[in-house]
Parts: sequence; C-alpha cells; structure tokens
Amino acid sequence: MKAFFKKFSVVLFIILSTMITKSSFAQTDQDAIMMSKNYFCGGAVYGYSSWKNYWEGTFKRDNLNLGNVSTQTISIMGNYGIKNNLNVLFNLPYIQTKASEGTLHGLKGVQDLSLWLKWLPVSKSVGKGTLSVFGLAGISLPVSDYTPDFLPMSIGLHSTNVAGRITLDYELGKFFVTGSGTYTYRNNIKLDRSSYYTTELHLTNEVEMPDVVNWNFRTGYRSGHLIAEAIVSNMTTLGGFDIRKNDAPFASNKMNVTTAGMGFKYTLKNLHQLAFVGNAGYTLSGRNVGQSAYASAGVFYAFNVTGSNKKNKKSSNQ
Amino acid sequence: MKNKFSISAIFFSGLIIIMVSCSKNIEGRTYNAPALTPANIDLEAGSWKTVLLTRPDTFLLPVPSAITLPGYIGELNEIKGLQLNLTGAQKENIKYWSAGAVLRWNEIMRELVAKHNLPPYQNEDGIYPIPTAANAFAYPQFPFSNPPYAARAYAYVAAAQYDALVAAWHYKKLYNRAAPYKVDSIINANALAVKTDLPSYPSEQAVLAGVTAEMMKMLFPTEIAFINQKVEELQLATMGSGACVRSDWTAGETLGRQIASLFAARGRTDNTSKAVGTQAQWDSLATATSGKGQIPWISLELPVRPPMLPFFGNVKPFLFDSLTVVNVLRPGPPPSTGSEQMKKETQEVYDIVQNPSSDKIAIIQLWADGVGTVTPPGHWNEIAAEDFVNQNYSEVRWARNFALLNMAEMDAAIVCWNTKFYYFNPRPGQLNPAIKTLTGTPNFPSFISGHSIFSATAATILGHIIPERANAYNAMAQEAALSRLYGGIHYRSDIEVGLDVGKNIGAYAVHRAITDGAE
Repeated sequence: MKAFFKKFSVVLFIILSTMITKSSFAQTDQDAIMMSKNYFCGGAVYGYSSWKNYWEGTFKRDNLNLGNVSTQTISIMGNYGIKNNLNVLFNLPYIQTKASEGTLHGLKGVQDLSLWLKWLPVSKSVGKGTLSVFGLAGISLPVSDYTPDFLPMSIGLHSTNVAGRITLDYELGKFFVTGSGTYTYRNNIKLDRSSYYTTELHLTNEVEMPDVVNWNFRTGYRSGHLIAEAIVSNMTTLGGFDIRKNDAPFASNKMNVTTAGMGFKYTLKNLHQLAFVGNAGYTLSGRNVGQSAYASAGVFYAFNVTGSNKKNKKSSNQ
Repeated sequence: MKNKFSISAIFFSGLIIIMVSCSKNIEGRTYNAPALTPANIDLEAGSWKTVLLTRPDTFLLPVPSAITLPGYIGELNEIKGLQLNLTGAQKENIKYWSAGAVLRWNEIMRELVAKHNLPPYQNEDGIYPIPTAANAFAYPQFPFSNPPYAARAYAYVAAAQYDALVAAWHYKKLYNRAAPYKVDSIINANALAVKTDLPSYPSEQAVLAGVTAEMMKMLFPTEIAFINQKVEELQLATMGSGACVRSDWTAGETLGRQIASLFAARGRTDNTSKAVGTQAQWDSLATATSGKGQIPWISLELPVRPPMLPFFGNVKPFLFDSLTVVNVLRPGPPPSTGSEQMKKETQEVYDIVQNPSSDKIAIIQLWADGVGTVTPPGHWNEIAAEDFVNQNYSEVRWARNFALLNMAEMDAAIVCWNTKFYYFNPRPGQLNPAIKTLTGTPNFPSFISGHSIFSATAATILGHIIPERANAYNAMAQEAALSRLYGGIHYRSDIEVGLDVGKNIGAYAVHRAITDGAE
C-alpha cells in the first residue's frame, strides 16, 4: 500500500520507496485486487533506491559532492477486508538515506503513516472479460518530526495529504490491464527556519505545498499464484518551482517523474497464506528529482481474523 | 453494514477536516504590519552624527515654493486627483508601504540577497566561473551574494539610507513645509497616511527610494527594472496617501541619489574588488600556513572550489580602521592542528553528529542561513525588523538602528574573514573525514565561526537598542553559534572565540550609538 503517498512524500528525489511499493504484492492500494471479508494480509517490504544524476529544473547533472544518493526503506503494511468490496489498507515506512560522497550526513526515521479505503462498486462482464471500477480515498500523515528541509537527505516532505483515486481494471483470462488516476491534496508544511526563498522571499516558516496528480498503468499476467506485470507511472506536481542551477532542492519544488518497472507476486501453492513480492524499475524522465533505480522485495501473510481460514484469501475482482 | 458506514464516516470526515482546517494561503509575518506611527518624529535628527556626509547640507536642496503659489496649488490638485481614483490594488500598495519604507526596503534587500546567494556551477573543465559586475547578466550572474558580500551590501544600503535621512531631516526642519494633509482640508479628509507634524519637504519616502535604488543598482545590477518598479510603487503610495506632493518627492529622490553617490564611491575603493584574489594568492595562503607548521585548509567541495572571497578581510570597515582589525580585534591562533586540544575538539564534533536529535536538527536548520537564504546578517536584520515594528520609531530612527546593526555586521565579516584567512584553519571534516555534516560545509576556513561573530555582534548592538530584549538576543546568539557545532562544521573554540570577538565589535557599534546624538 502506500505507493503513491510515498511518492511525493518521500522526496521524489528519493523516489525510492514510492516505486518500490507501487507494484503488486499482496493487495495494495495500486492494484485491482481485494481482500475478502474478514481477511487480513500483512507484511514487510525492503526497498533500495539510488540515483547519481538528477534534474535542476530541466537541467540534468550529477554532483560529485553527493555521489550516489541511496535510500533504504522497510515498510510494514497491511490490508483488511471489511467487506468483500471494501478494504482498508495501511503502510508505515522506516527510511534511511545516505550520500556516497561529500560531507552530508544521512538521515533516518519513521516517515508517514498512510491509510486507504478501497471500494469496488462495479465489477461486470464486458466482452469476454471482466471490467472492475475501484474508488479509493487515502490520507497520509507524518508520524515523526523529521525535517523536510535537508533535501536530498531528508526522509520525506512532512506534509499531511489526502487523496482520491479511480482505478479501472479489465481482466481477460489470465491477462489484465489496470489504470488509475490520483489527485492528492497536500497541506502546507512548517520548516524550522523563519524565512525561505522560492521565487520570492517568504517571511514565514510555513510552505505552501502544490497538489499532485499521479497516473499508473500496469499490465501482465495474473493468476491465483502468480502475478507478473509491467508498470509505467507518472507523477506531476501542479505548481511548485524549479531548482535553480546549483541551488538546493526544496520541498515545494515542481517534482515530476515518469518511471517504468516490473513487479511480481508469487503465492505458495502448498501454503497459500504466504506470498513473496518483488519489483524493480527505473526513472525515465524527471524534473527536480533524482533519476533513481529501485528494487524491493517483501513477504506477506494472509489469514482470516475470525479463525475460519478456508482457502481463497483473496477474491480477485469480486 | 453499520460497521462499514461508521468507519467510512470517520475516515471521510477526517479528510474533510484536514482539507477545511488548513487554508493554503500564507501571509508573511510583516505583511499586515501596522502603519508606522512614530512615538517621536525626531525633528532634531538633522543634527545626528552622519557616516560619510561631512555636513547634513553637503548637497544643497533648493528652497521649496511657498504653499500659497499657484504651482503648489496645482500639486495639491494632483494629490486630490490621485485620492479620488485609488484602485483596490493601489490602496493595498499604500497599506503595504505604510508600515515603513525603511522596513520594506530592508525586506526587499533581503529578498535580493537570498535570490543571488548561489555559488556558481562549474564549467565543463571543472573550473568555477567568477561572477563579474562588468558582465552581470551572463552566467554566473553578478553578484554571488554570499555572507561577506551580503554583510557589506546590507551595510552600504543601511548607512546610505541613514545619512540620506539625516540630511532630509535637516531640510525638513529648515524649510518646514507642512504635509499636504496639514495644508488642505480635502486632502486631510481623504488621507490614508498617518498624520504627523513632520514637515514633508523633502519626502522621507522619496529620499529612501532614491538612495536605496541607487545603492541597489550598484550591488545588484541585474535587478534595476525590479528596483525601479518598487520606486514607482512607493511614489504612488506616498503621494496617493496624501503624505507628500510631487515637489516633495522630486527633491527627496534627487537628494537620496546624490547621497548614494558618496557611498558608491567609497564602495568602489574599499578593497572589495580585490577580495577574490588569484590562484597564486590562494596557493600562498596554504604555503604560509604550512610554514607555520599547521595543516592548511583545503576545500572539501568537488571539483575543488577556490575559497570564498579570501581577501575580504582587507575591506575597509565602517566603525574602526583596518589596523584595528589586525592589531586589536583579530584573535590569537586556534589550537594547533597537531595538538591534543585540536584532537579532542575534533572528536567532540564527531561525537555530536553521530545521532542527532530532531531538536538539534531544528536548531541547525533555524540558523543554517546557507545557500539561497538571506545569510546570517540578513537573519539578524529579520529579527531586528520584526522587533522594530513594535517600537514606533520614526523612519530616521529605523534607518539609524539598521545602520548601526549593519555597519557592525559588515565589520564583523571583515574581522572574521581576516581571521579565517590569516590562520587558514581546516574544518573538522578535513581533519576527520568520517565527520558528516548536518548542514552544508562552508567553503572557507574554520577559525573563527562566522555565525558566532555575526550573532554576538548583532546581539550586542540590538541589546543596546532594545534593552528589554538583550537577554533574548544573547540567548539567540548562543544558539546560533552552537548550531554550527551541532551541524559538524565548527570546533567549540571557533564558536567561543567567535562570540567573544563579536561582542568586541558590537561594543564599537554601541559606542557609536551612545555618541551619535540620537540617544
């Protein structure tokens, strides 16, 4: 879960976990899979991302005073089926950053808790396949007082966000296509300093955070035990400003990014409660972000909280 | 079903509360500052001690025409016309400038400093281009308003504003032409200006516009269009508010520009033009340090960047002479780079940065004032300005207090840079590369801490100006100084000596304050 809250809440710069969790482990906020009523699926994912090149506005460069900026993330996530067509999901990441060169100190800490409600109001046959429509609403809020003002070493942007998403999924046999669009409203953040410059001087510690739109497309193979998919995603910041040449990045920069990646999930045949997930990807283009490559791996366990652990822990599209 | 609805209800009402409770609209702290209402108009300020002007009437200001003559009546009609046709935006502009022209120009200065406070990006061959005033618009734009450059810029603007207002007050008292709102009952009825007994010839806002614009053009040559626009806004605000007529304005702006020329001439010969130096000079600093048996500073940036304005320490100060910098104010040496003491202090820095608490990080961030900011002297201008807003000063007293602060800060920069490049002492991260810093490592030697000297200097003079805040200023200075140890970029002795030297420089400003005729 969490996918995309992270995306912007983790410095794009550090696209890291964003992408990491974007794909299909057990049920996530980005996929088109629901947990059945009374089932809980919980797990942990480790992610690593790193970039050497980054964009100041549209100017692409490296920086010998940073070398490779890497981010490691351990995320605890879960998904519970309130009903067969209504799930609640959470994600809580612990993040650590590091620059391989230069003098800057890495930072670490628990970042933002995100919560999603995932609702499946429509699922019906169209042609030879099944079309499903999902509606999601999410919030994310910082759970520690980490600083958003030491980019690119900060572990996030510290804004409280609310988001709405529509997801469409079409399944034809074992093949599927999923697309989603998300609008995220980001609350203002507060810095520890008393003034800052964006394109003008602000005599306040409060920073207006531009809203964000995300698009996510994925397609591939989906069966009861294996999901393998290709993923393309885009994040566009609605406003914000460019990093000037040789300036430091700032929380309200116009952070845009397009990534491509792959993901898989494998559920054990003789222990169907247990699933392994992994994914990897690369940043194709960006603005005011690092060109990160990322990979992640995780394990999930699902069970019926009422104790009657029958088979079907998940019900695709029902 | 019920379960579902209650969870959903809580969830969605939570979303709505978050969105509704927090408007994104942000206003700066001084945006709605009240109109300047002087407790005392300081009518005698024409006799206050000037900085460069030898006499308040060095530049002659013509006798204004009598208020009974047709020319003046026509000028009153111009004001009435402006008053009748003020748009909402113009009223907003009047309100903005009514908080005080010294305050607003100071804020504009800070904005220009922050905007231009960017170190140049290297060329493809790894060489850093150096900004030059002769080619100001080419990359890298001139100036790179780093802390010494900024300290000097704030000082020249503030000192010039002060001298210009002393001259203005001299003529105000001499010619004693009443403000339009005193002369005409219709203008009085419609006036948006705060009404005082201060004569309006020459307009103090016009003097400030002229002197400040002229100084800013020298200091920030790429900003002339922006600055001219501010001058026009201030002129319209002042005349539209009923505070002055066109001849008050014209006389004031001319006077301001003339006085700026004195300061610009000083600025061209104060040694700043030699502050960058050459490769041979930079090398000789290292050689001299090695010759004394000390490890010389090296840049920790890649590609290696030449030190920031290494000969700024030779710039001519305002509050004392250059010999005083070297013989009186420059402190003795830091602990030897090979000493047990230096080893201990380096270890202390290493230990401090290991596991920083969020409280420490907040302190580091509050005082970092690094790239893209107003710099430490600018931060102390911010602190001063927001306290001055509550003091009901006249414009001339505002200018005097900023001149004292900023001349002291420039002189602090001179003493600091003189010390840094005399000892050429390495940063903690050079002696122990395992030290990772929580703020950018400045590209100049360690001893003594700039933040410490700037802060102690500022706290000393501001504590004299507003005694009830003295303890608070000293506490801020301590915190600002220690933030550099917490950040991993200074040893404790850099900070302790820096604070001591700052207090000594502040004392020169206090001495001037006691003897300038304003107290």
